[in-house]
Amino acid sequence: MPLLEIEDLMVTFDTADGDVHAVNGLTFNIDKGETLAIVGESGSGKSQTAFAAMGLLAKNGRATGVARFDGNDLLAMSQKDFNKIRSKDMAMIFQDPMTSLNPYLRVSDQMAEVLMLHNGISKSQAVTEAVRMLDAVRIPDARARVTMYPHEFSGGMRQRIMIAMSLLCQPRLLIADEPTTALDVTVQAQIMQLLGDIRQDFGTAVILITHDLGVVAGFCDRTLVMYGGQIMEEGTTEGIFGNPTHPYTSGLLKAVPRLDVDEGELVTIAGEPPDMSNLPKGCPFSPRCPVQLENCRGERPPLETHDGRRRSCHLAVSEVA
Amino acid sequence: MKPLLSVRDLSVTFDVRRPGSWPWTPPRKLHAVSDVSFDIQPGECLGIVGESGSGKSTIARAVVGTIPSSAGNIMFEGHDLANMSTSERRVHRRDVQMIFQDPLAALNPRMTVGEIIAEPLITHEPHTPRKDVKKRVGALMERVGLLPNLINRYPHEFSGGQCQRIGIARALILNPKLIICDEPVSALDVSVQAQVINLLMELQRDMGLSMIFIAHDLSVVKHISDRTLVLYLGRVMETADSHKLTTLPEHPYSQALIASVPIPDPILEKARPRPILKGELPSPLAPPSGCVFRTRCPKAQASCAQARPVLEDIGGNHLVACPFHQAEHVLAVGT
Repeated sequence: MPLLEIEDLMVTFDTADGDVHAVNGLTFNIDKGETLAIVGESGSGKSQTAFAAMGLLAKNGRATGVARFDGNDLLAMSQKDFNKIRSKDMAMIFQDPMTSLNPYLRVSDQMAEVLMLHNGISKSQAVTEAVRMLDAVRIPDARARVTMYPHEFSGGMRQRIMIAMSLLCQPRLLIADEPTTALDVTVQAQIMQLLGDIRQDFGTAVILITHDLGVVAGFCDRTLVMYGGQIMEEGTTEGIFGNPTHPYTSGLLKAVPRLDVDEGELVTIAGEPPDMSNLPKGCPFSPRCPVQLENCRGERPPLETHDGRRRSCHLAVSEVA
Repeated sequence: MKPLLSVRDLSVTFDVRRPGSWPWTPPRKLHAVSDVSFDIQPGECLGIVGESGSGKSTIARAVVGTIPSSAGNIMFEGHDLANMSTSERRVHRRDVQMIFQDPLAALNPRMTVGEIIAEPLITHEPHTPRKDVKKRVGALMERVGLLPNLINRYPHEFSGGQCQRIGIARALILNPKLIICDEPVSALDVSVQAQVINLLMELQRDMGLSMIFIAHDLSVVKHISDRTLVLYLGRVMETADSHKLTTLPEHPYSQALIASVPIPDPILEKARPRPILKGELPSPLAPPSGCVFRTRCPKAQASCAQARPVLEDIGGNHLVACPFHQAEHVLAVGT
């Protein structure tokens, strides 16, 4: 049984301008100890997928479909039951560590809270455990610094605290939503190495949500490419990067300048990311796609599986440039 | 060839007060940029890279003149912009324009796109007939890839990429000689980022512009600029031809920086040796003595704490500020 199963997930937001369809029929799963990347641009629905799975959607958001963690239906779960598994069995790291840590609480207090709630241990035991975890994420002098407030740490250190906090109960699934986007590239390398080590030591499954293709390449077993709230393509990371079979994936890979290649002019994807309250009827990528077939704009392409690769495109695999 | 812009020993310091300190305690000096020198030839693009807090934006602002420099010269076509009165400077201001990071925040929400783009023109050439202004704005909008019939729209009606195009048009309306781009694509989506990079490169080539391109993304800087300058804690570590810098960097910091840039190629990326830099940028209020990079440097020696290394020319316009510099193929894996 997969650890997390998402089936035909829809996330809709009720706004003053009408319904915004952030995620439209997403299906994927992740096994124990696996790493999955969800790649997409802003508005592709990648973060909302994670929020829906964690039960953290905004008040005006609705999720329908199936999201099963270890066999339990997450979407039908009461808040009370959710609180028992959130951060114990599945945890999340957010993009901006400053806004996700409580500025009024010492690091020791906010970390101990998690352990006292889930493991029912005393405060002093919990703080000892918190220090041990801060050591594990390589915060120097953790014993002395655990009583400091979040603002007294640098951005990279705050992100380490977030990671340490999310790992306190040794969750089986960790969802990292753009964990390094706000960080400098040298610190990003440190954090990604740390996540890699943690995954090995604890056997945690990781869903990495990012727009940075470079980070994905070094970290994830499988990659899922999203656009307009739908899957464009999914497969092994080597396969997706080495041999993309969807025009969006190949366009995305060509649009990023690479440090090791002297490319001439970058190949661009025309147009702008889609308006989620007014998605095209057919394939969401069709208005920007270099390939225009007859049924692209009228009919949503089905998600098909070939040799472990899933793709949603009317164009035959053999014809993708 | 005579350089268009020649910056010599530029330093910028800020006065910083500790929160809660008495009003009469003297402020501490924060050296944001120290002794930075570089030249830009006409038509050349210079990239500036460095971590946050390295002083990239401070250099940009000092050259544009939005913050005063505390020492050094900024020679623009033979005139020293750094030591000039505001009224004298105004004459040269039109030749140096800037493009900002957050495209929406850089545009006045209460002005139409046409007014925004025309504003520099009306400020510097107030007697231009209105018809000519409109014609120039329309032509420029077309040039940067905006439909001229959007001229009366407001910024919030545009996407991030389009707002950045508006910012570019505003910077170009006076036909400047030098454009300073401060992280112009880092707020944009990957697919839109490529469009803006291509537009900037095309405009630079066609209009013979000189450009300073500041970004933290080394891959983007390498792609767009002819030469790259690596900054660390307000000091220049290395300057070289962009291709040379990324393939054969000499300074230990440049090497570490390049090694930490991820490459979108899983086979290469998983096989790459990763000498990861330890720690974080020290506080600019208390920079290390001698070489500022020594606290994180893998090659640091006792002597590094004594004297600040000089930026030495090792040939081919390649400058390195490290006595122990050694060329290293950081990217090379089966290539």
